[in-house]
Amino acid sequence: MLTVATGNKAVAAAVKEARPAVIAAYPITPQTEIVEQIAEYVSSGAMAAQYIPVESEHSAMAACIGASITGVRTFTATSSHGLLYMHEMVNWAAGARLPIVMANVNRALGPGWNIWAEHTDAFQERDTGWLQVYVSTVQEAYDTTLMAFRIAEHEDVLLPVMVNLDGFLLSHSMQPLLEVEAGDFIPPMHLPHAIDPASPAGYGTLTGPEDYFRLRWDMERSMRDSVPVIRDAHDAFARQFGRSYGFLDEYRCEDADVVVVAMGTLGMEAQVAVDQLRNEGIKAGCMRIRWFRPFPHLDLKGRDVVAIDRDYSFGFGGVIARSLQATERAEPYSVIAGLGGQEVTYDDIVGFVRERKPGEECWFGVDAHV
Amino acid sequence: MTQIPSEEFILKCTSACAGCSDSLTLRYVLKAAGPDTVLVVPACCTSVIQGIFPHTAVNVPVYNVAFAAAAACASGMSAALRAAGKKTSVIVYAGDGGTVDIGIQALSGAFERRADFLYICYDNEAYGNTGMQRSGSTPIGARTTTTPAGKLQARKDLDAIVAAHDPPYQASACAAFPQDLFKKVKKALSIRGPTFIHVLAPCPPGWRYPSGKSVEMGRLAVRSGMWILYEREFGKVTINGPSRAAIMKPIPLEEYLAPQGRFRGISQEAVAALRAQADRTAKKLQAEEKGIC
Repeated sequence: MLTVATGNKAVAAAVKEARPAVIAAYPITPQTEIVEQIAEYVSSGAMAAQYIPVESEHSAMAACIGASITGVRTFTATSSHGLLYMHEMVNWAAGARLPIVMANVNRALGPGWNIWAEHTDAFQERDTGWLQVYVSTVQEAYDTTLMAFRIAEHEDVLLPVMVNLDGFLLSHSMQPLLEVEAGDFIPPMHLPHAIDPASPAGYGTLTGPEDYFRLRWDMERSMRDSVPVIRDAHDAFARQFGRSYGFLDEYRCEDADVVVVAMGTLGMEAQVAVDQLRNEGIKAGCMRIRWFRPFPHLDLKGRDVVAIDRDYSFGFGGVIARSLQATERAEPYSVIAGLGGQEVTYDDIVGFVRERKPGEECWFGVDAHV
Repeated sequence: MTQIPSEEFILKCTSACAGCSDSLTLRYVLKAAGPDTVLVVPACCTSVIQGIFPHTAVNVPVYNVAFAAAAACASGMSAALRAAGKKTSVIVYAGDGGTVDIGIQALSGAFERRADFLYICYDNEAYGNTGMQRSGSTPIGARTTTTPAGKLQARKDLDAIVAAHDPPYQASACAAFPQDLFKKVKKALSIRGPTFIHVLAPCPPGWRYPSGKSVEMGRLAVRSGMWILYEREFGKVTINGPSRAAIMKPIPLEEYLAPQGRFRGISQEAVAALRAQADRTAKKLQAEEKGIC
């Protein structure tokens, strides 16, 4: 069915199609539309689910954990301060090996109060053991949310998945949306360690160093095992529904001398910039990172790299730029842009590429530029 | 006499301190609840005494969860179980710190949402697991490791906070009165919706009395009127037998305070404040029982 929807509505529609048994959520701008829409689905009978309107995000994730450990599919959505307020339980969900799916609408952190797009919120959860994926269109938000359930619940993964979409730029943008019937694309959930009073066990009991260490390694092993599972989900999705996705969305990179690396809506903006640069005779390409955890391989050898970070790690640098240094030995021109929803146009990105200084860092709009 | 089953769900070899009321309370709670039960346990002494992975001394599933998260976790669990048509009892078993302090928001939220589970707060009036720091439940005058000269403030009235949520069933109990505790757990689990039992749990290392005297200490708490056994069922209050007698003719408060090292050197003002708070609570409950409130 072809409709027009916002990013938020697309996520909610995908959740309806995935049929979770329990949704626990708390409102926060700019995510609220997702949970309002799900509440409406549940209230009208379009979704046969328990909707738990919790009193905080910490409780949202705790309620999802309590439901998930009984072996049922769960979902929540949050943003920014909400995500950070649930931080303790975000860790708990991953350590407890619960395939919870959460949409996070990326938003800056206060003070001062700022409700606009930034990736720093999700990056503060990057070491928790959650898989993280960032989307750039309404259709991709829908498709990726469906994939998230299949991937999280796969027996080789059993880790939670966070689907990230940029606040307002995507959450509130209307674009065409083609909904699908998921059918067997998401198999019934089977949690091997679900609670069963007929077979009592202790969950999360006091654990000594040796066993704890082994459990942490097991999380990392599953994170690595998620790579073929994600690939398989992409392939199956393309076969069943005709739309292809990868770990990266590569655009005109084959012969590119300079590659722009970005995430979310900035990654789409960069594709327009690449077309303009190509018209000027600059052989540019773009790699939009979709899966941030597990972190993908980017083929950057022999190319200039312009990394755009809508985030910052104070005292260290742009997280994407530093990640590329660490994993690909790249020397990117690190542009910090778009914090707190700062407007960044494709013309601006053209400027970043034209004026690139490999190895240096630039704060767009603060440092002299363009 | 209520027949208490001989089946044990707390196995031997817990790592509880000698004379621990927590494990004694849990023993009767689980005898009343039976095998189709899941315990949700936030950080508290019970996190530790159930044993070290991969062993457990509790013979029902125990879901251990973060300090502030127990009531929310239980509300999600019971929603999922009820939606699947299962009658499994979900019981939060939390200490006073995890209830009156860090866990109160989740408790309040879950009770307002009418989540279907039993919340048991076993109250040793301090953070026992971390070595006896003051909690919101510590009585005035009690020495803890963070109130070395005695606590200056009165304890928080947890029962009044819970009562404000109008749960269908609420009670207080003490492991020194196992029949009473057993019956209250049975009754709470027979009622759908959020139910609550506040259990006084005398603590030998925390209260500083010999470990053989936990039951005696619980009895003294009730006889002195410092702990009142009552239940509030669909709004109707009943003060239970032992407390009915104690309110009429309490033993001197000093008989309860003197054996406890934590009250050594307590000021006369603090003793008077303890007495006054206990009397106020008794009067309120009596008035409610008579329907004057």
